[in-house]
Amino acid sequence: MSSKPKVAFYWCASCGGCEEAVVDLAEDILEVVKLVDIVFWPVAMDFKKRDVEALPDKSINIAFINGAIRTSEQEEIAYLLREKSQLIIAFGSCACFGGIPALANLYSKFEVLNDVYIESPTVDNAAKFLPQTTSIDNNGKQIELPEFYSQVRALDEIISVDYYLPGCAPTPKLIANTINMLLGDNLPTAGSTLLPDIALCEECPRKDSKPTDLSITEYKRICENLVDPEKCLLAQGFLCMGPITRSGCEALCIKGNMPCTGCLGPTSRVVDFGAKAVSMFASLSSGKNEEEIEKNYAQVMDPVGTFYRYHLSKSLLRGKLERGI
Amino acid sequence: MSTNNKEIRIGFYICHCGTNIAGVVDVDKIREFIAKKDNVVVSRNYKYMCSDPGQELIQKDIQEHRLNRIVVASCSPLLHEKTFRNTLEKAGLNPFYLQMVNVREHVAWVHSDNEKATEKAKALCNAAINRVRYNKPLEKKRVPFHQDVLIIGGGIAGIHSALILASAGKKVYLVEKKPTIGGHMAMFDKTFPTLDCAACILTPKMSAIKENKNVVLWTNSEVIKVEGYVGNFKVTIKRNPRYVREDLCIGCGQCIESCSYKEAKYPDEFNLGLSKRKPIYIPFPQAIPNSAIIDDKTCIHFKMGKCKQMCLSACERNAIDFNQKEELREIQVGAIIVATGFKIYDPQKEPEYGYGVYPNVYTSLEVERLINASGPTAGEVILRDGTKPKSIGIIHCIGSRSEKANKWCSRVCCMYSLKLAYLLKKHTHAEIYNFYIDMRTPGKMYEEFYDRLLMERVHFIRGKVAEVTDISLVKEEEGKLILRVEDTLASVIRRIPVDMVVLSVGLEPSEDTQKLAHILNIGLSAEGFFQERHPKLAPVSTFSEGIFIAGCCQGPKDIPDTVAQAGASAAEAMAMIDAGYFEIEPITAHVLDEFCSGCKSCINICPYSAISYDESKKKVFVNETLCKGCGTCSATCPSGVMKQNLFEDDQILNEIEGLLVYE
Ligand SMILES: Cc1cc2nc3c(=O)[nH]c(=O)nc-3n(C[C@H](O)[C@H](O)[C@H](O)COP(=O)(O)OP(=O)(O)OC[C@H]3O[C@@H](n4cnc5c(N)ncnc54)[C@H](O)[C@@H]3O)c2cc1C
Ligand code: SF4
Repeated sequence: MSSKPKVAFYWCASCGGCEEAVVDLAEDILEVVKLVDIVFWPVAMDFKKRDVEALPDKSINIAFINGAIRTSEQEEIAYLLREKSQLIIAFGSCACFGGIPALANLYSKFEVLNDVYIESPTVDNAAKFLPQTTSIDNNGKQIELPEFYSQVRALDEIISVDYYLPGCAPTPKLIANTINMLLGDNLPTAGSTLLPDIALCEECPRKDSKPTDLSITEYKRICENLVDPEKCLLAQGFLCMGPITRSGCEALCIKGNMPCTGCLGPTSRVVDFGAKAVSMFASLSSGKNEEEIEKNYAQVMDPVGTFYRYHLSKSLLRGKLERGI
Repeated sequence: MSTNNKEIRIGFYICHCGTNIAGVVDVDKIREFIAKKDNVVVSRNYKYMCSDPGQELIQKDIQEHRLNRIVVASCSPLLHEKTFRNTLEKAGLNPFYLQMVNVREHVAWVHSDNEKATEKAKALCNAAINRVRYNKPLEKKRVPFHQDVLIIGGGIAGIHSALILASAGKKVYLVEKKPTIGGHMAMFDKTFPTLDCAACILTPKMSAIKENKNVVLWTNSEVIKVEGYVGNFKVTIKRNPRYVREDLCIGCGQCIESCSYKEAKYPDEFNLGLSKRKPIYIPFPQAIPNSAIIDDKTCIHFKMGKCKQMCLSACERNAIDFNQKEELREIQVGAIIVATGFKIYDPQKEPEYGYGVYPNVYTSLEVERLINASGPTAGEVILRDGTKPKSIGIIHCIGSRSEKANKWCSRVCCMYSLKLAYLLKKHTHAEIYNFYIDMRTPGKMYEEFYDRLLMERVHFIRGKVAEVTDISLVKEEEGKLILRVEDTLASVIRRIPVDMVVLSVGLEPSEDTQKLAHILNIGLSAEGFFQERHPKLAPVSTFSEGIFIAGCCQGPKDIPDTVAQAGASAAEAMAMIDAGYFEIEPITAHVLDEFCSGCKSCINICPYSAISYDESKKKVFVNETLCKGCGTCSATCPSGVMKQNLFEDDQILNEIEGLLVYE
């Protein structure tokens, strides 16, 4: 085997976008491939779990894990990679904060399964079968299947994580920077997020158009209104998460005339992203008392999905507990 | 919960407060419980922590055991936080390494189950231990104090404060909205309970204002903007034109006599419209400044632009100046005293009393003018219809103590109603009826004054008048105003015909109160008067440091109380000025500059306008002298760069954790 650094990629509960982002490195991916040995990457290369198991402990230099943890299989691989790797990178918002899959924590396991396997109009499941952890295959042999857990968790709720690279998905530039940084000699402080610790407004091209006496009377939806391409989105009444969210993406969404949804997560100083969002928007509301502010908030269609789009698993309240099932 | 920091050495003290705390909370148990916690070096209980030996105990421990964090579980920090902070300071420790737990008001005094109370105390003490590990040393700051004082309102309150400060050598700006100082008191003939002549005691003080070199008097003026903070207020004052130069006019009245209007035609404000004045006038003979003024709304020159300007030529001193314009003046002061007084309740809001309908229904203030020797009738009580009253009804509590109008008791109306009853009786020999709900005469010599009135054969009827009407039912009522009232002592409904009705109207916040509250950034209480910082212990202070309130702008009160408050405000202002500097609590907010994204979310929500945006750095900054440490900005700051000293996230979160998991 060569002495090139060994790298693994793995996906858990994710949409595949993070994998796509790695592939999006385009020609640069070849540079990466030249520099490293990829030892595990189920999405692109044919490795098996047993190949990883066969590796000596800590023999993988860097493992990038994207996606949240929802099943026993994801958990098992996470443990395995932790054992075999020197550095674990939580890659993408789902691995870092639970991401969009973690919004399912608002529902119990039963509600989720019932919705997907029984209630869904496109499902034909008269016998009301729900996923099981054991099954009999065609040869009559009993097989084990992964268990669907009652909660979605971020990666560091399962194993210890060395660095975080949030993003939905992380931009190719951020990925390339990260890989270069990790292959270099100067490693950042353990446990840090590999992004600037300052909010997005800092690098937003519309920053100067934001008034100092901002007071929002109406929260608007992007699908129902024309968006001024120059003016601060908050000043237009759109729920932009820029002030709460880390910078580093170069305000990609804003440049696309879309408000920031918060995928890069909060700065190191904020404990709960959604709570901060709620408190900031309450402060910006033109409402002068509780009643008026509440009226203002009533215009937000999906509060949890808006304020906790990526962070529910890392919030102080976390979600709904499953009871009695 | 533990921290790696080996350096942290905590001393814990739980106070018995006699039996106040120890009678409910098992203090020995708490002492033992806390002694086992990480970083706790000393854990003690003691009878009175705030006593000298109690404080010495802490000081000795700090030195002997090299303690660097102190937790005192005792009473409310409102009472003794200062005491214990001083204790730390005396022992050479930064005072902000102190954390207090309120096991008296929050535990012992509100629980009866000793066991549960002890459990609660455990949790609270553990929370404090958890928190104090994260406390940081903070430094108090001093800002220099500007020596001059602004007083807004030239009633008896403003006048009194101004004279005290001026006599102590302080420069005072006295700003009065009306053309003369004097306020309501200048309108009265006599004052209760001594019945001394109001003018005799007030006008010497008014003249003293004019004479005093340390007082700058600006009448006809208003405060329109206040910027800055305690010790350093920048105030903008609008001086409305008088069209007569105060420095030249000696109040001889030649101009008034020669005015193109031969007859006085316009309602005289000072006499509440009971007499007429010309467009050029002097409010009353002893007005200060004793200078004429032209009312540009009624003056022919200003209305039509073509008047012979007789006044101009009549004035030998060339004091008339039609070209005067409104002027803005900017001054710097260290402290502000607000003394804008009150306005009377408008009785037309309750039509059943017939004010504005029946000419012989008067407000009490009008009667003050009517019986005044320098009033519209030279003190003779002649009614609007030219007759003299033979019977008079005085109705108390108009607009006060009522669900429909104002809920509060206006405090002075019972007393001035008695005064008016006495004076009207003397002036007219009429039959006088006082209609009251309860007679409220608390005050030195006040009850005695009431007793005296009972001797004067004034009739007192306990009951609220339901209606004043001129519809007569029997012959004796014809041509009279009839008061319908339930006499609650005799339990009968009575109809009492009189010639004159006096409405004892209540006191309300003066017109500009809300506007001024906004300009000065001070609060209003539920009734709309200015809010004092503490009803008992800081009655003339406000929540804005360096701004004081005196007299009826704080709530209804009589002249003695008004003068007492005026003196108190002057003394409080002087204490600040003479210190030469102002110490600001370091519990303020500050920005972690490097990490501020300049999102501006905090600027608008600061109730003290302490946050500004630096256009060159594109970040915000906090003026720590303006900051009151309310914490609103740090709660808002979306990226956690606004930090509130002593209330940082790690302090609060660890405190909460310590509360939830304490065993
Ligand atoms: C009918 C009646 C009779 C009374 N009789 C007695 C009595 O006999 N004995 C007694 O002890 N008390 C009596 N009182 C109570 C007495 O009037 C008050 O205690 C006293 O006037 C309060 O003084 P003050 O300076 O606080 O207010 P005020 O006398 O109201 O003076 C306030 C001054 O501030 C000025 N001002 C208001 N707004 C502004 C502004 N925005 N800018 C600048 N200046 C402003 C006003 O023009 C006024 O000159 C009586 C009250 C009434 C209504
Ligand atoms: S002082 Fe007397 S008249 Fe005035 S409101 Fe109070 S009770 Fe009524």
